[in-house]
Amino acid sequence: MAGRVEGKVAFVTGAARGQGRSHALRLAQEGADIIAVDLVGQIDSVPYDMSRPADLEETVRQIEALDRRIVAKQADVRDFDALKSALDDGVAELGKLDIVSANAGIFSFGTMEELTETEFDDMLAVNLKGVWHTAKAAIPHLRANKGGSMVLTSSTAGILAVPNIGHYVAAKHGVVGLMKTLALELADDFIRVNSVHPTSVNTDMIQNAATYALFAPDLPEAERTKETVGKRFQTMNVLPIPWVEPVDVSNAVLWLASDESRYVTGLQLKVDAGQTLK
Amino acid sequence: MAGRVDGKVAFITGAARGQGRSHALRLAQEGADIIAVDIAGSIPGMDRFYPGATQDDLDETVARVEALDRRIVAIKADVRDFTALKDALDSGVAELGHLDVVSANAGVFQFGDKTEDVSDEDWDTVNDINAKGVWHTAKAAIPHLKQQGTGGSIVLTSSTAGIMGTPNVAAYTASKHAVVGIMKTLALELAPFSIRVNSVHPTGVNTQMIRNEATYRLFLPDTPHPTDEQAEEVFRTTNALPIPWVEPVDISNAVLFLASDEARYVTGLQLKVDAGYTLK
Repeated sequence: MAGRVEGKVAFVTGAARGQGRSHALRLAQEGADIIAVDLVGQIDSVPYDMSRPADLEETVRQIEALDRRIVAKQADVRDFDALKSALDDGVAELGKLDIVSANAGIFSFGTMEELTETEFDDMLAVNLKGVWHTAKAAIPHLRANKGGSMVLTSSTAGILAVPNIGHYVAAKHGVVGLMKTLALELADDFIRVNSVHPTSVNTDMIQNAATYALFAPDLPEAERTKETVGKRFQTMNVLPIPWVEPVDVSNAVLWLASDESRYVTGLQLKVDAGQTLK
Repeated sequence: MAGRVDGKVAFITGAARGQGRSHALRLAQEGADIIAVDIAGSIPGMDRFYPGATQDDLDETVARVEALDRRIVAIKADVRDFTALKDALDSGVAELGHLDVVSANAGVFQFGDKTEDVSDEDWDTVNDINAKGVWHTAKAAIPHLKQQGTGGSIVLTSSTAGIMGTPNVAAYTASKHAVVGIMKTLALELAPFSIRVNSVHPTGVNTQMIRNEATYRLFLPDTPHPTDEQAEEVFRTTNALPIPWVEPVDISNAVLFLASDEARYVTGLQLKVDAGYTLK
């Protein structure tokens, strides 16, 4: 049986690990070739270890093990020229572009009055401006392709506010505005644009000491385990689970990327275990 | 390769034709057995809009599902009659063994009157089928899903008219907004049982419900006998994507996604299949 995105080429940002790697793998399992970019480096205002070159190499290895092609480059979504040249190289090598997953993102926290200039600027630069850069670099290729599907990664924090992450909430709400505008601007060219809105996802972005401290400030550090913190995370959801897995978001991205959703545009697709119902 | 809903049993209302038949076929193609109900008869107050589904239509759904080598139990039932609907579902579950997926799809479309001119009879017909019928469908299904203890997925068919206002379509718009309220409430009530509840929101779908002269005239009030071409042109202006309407299978692919384990943690979602209609 043909894969659900057989023969398509997908551009995935933040593809070294976490959701981005999962999206690349899920799309490749269903027949897509991949253009992967990642910063593979640290941003100082981010309170957990970000991806490393070895992570991106591992994504490449796993895609190639599925017998799909991948072009992987180090690129920072904040740097439009670098991002564009990485994508252009990938398209030159793989022949075209059908799918875009604007996934690269960071997480940090602090109340609105505590946040520093740097924390705020880094957040907006990566999680919002980086998404715009990704779309801007991709649009000419998608127009040349006479259609395509763009999936922007927002969050439940793109729908409702959560205390202590105002800059993240602002950036993820901004992604929704960008998605709706792009959907209108690109509809005539049959380029569909949608967003995904995950609740917490079981990746390094939340499974780290800094995030555990945010969720369980009352517990001594030694007692902040995946299990105890998981119970705190679970109170945010309606379904009785602490977080979803990366593949759950990838399955949403896959559906939006495939021709099964050929007339779906402007959709905020929540994968949120009911978090936004509360 | 295993189907995406292999081994599941799906209950579909309004399955004789149109979207309901398409949902039954798409789910069966991906491995589900089907419990199908339809009123399969004319509905007082509806004939001036478009003809009702028939027993022949329901028989055709049965034949097509069986041609896919899946099992189907098809029973004539009106979603307004809770006892009849429950009996139909209960006998389907008795025969097929369990229930995993519910598509509350049965619906009617009436239009043309200003809100102040809608008659009580018309209001009741639309809301009894489109809103109360959806509640009945969920109410009949929930005991089966809870008793099995294996979760489940309920998909309620709303509309772009469940998100936005539509002039001269008051009863339908109210009924489809009500479906959203039912969906959100059910999603909260059933989450502890891992039963997911979501809605789908199509733009115009290429079925008899809109492909009729009466509906064309809603969009082209000054044209006595609008043609298909004129209708396509005016329907296209309602969407952002340059298409007049979507096909039933496009809604079925959304229902399939929500029904499958690919969406295992998706609940409370309004899934628009609307070609950007609601962006405008």
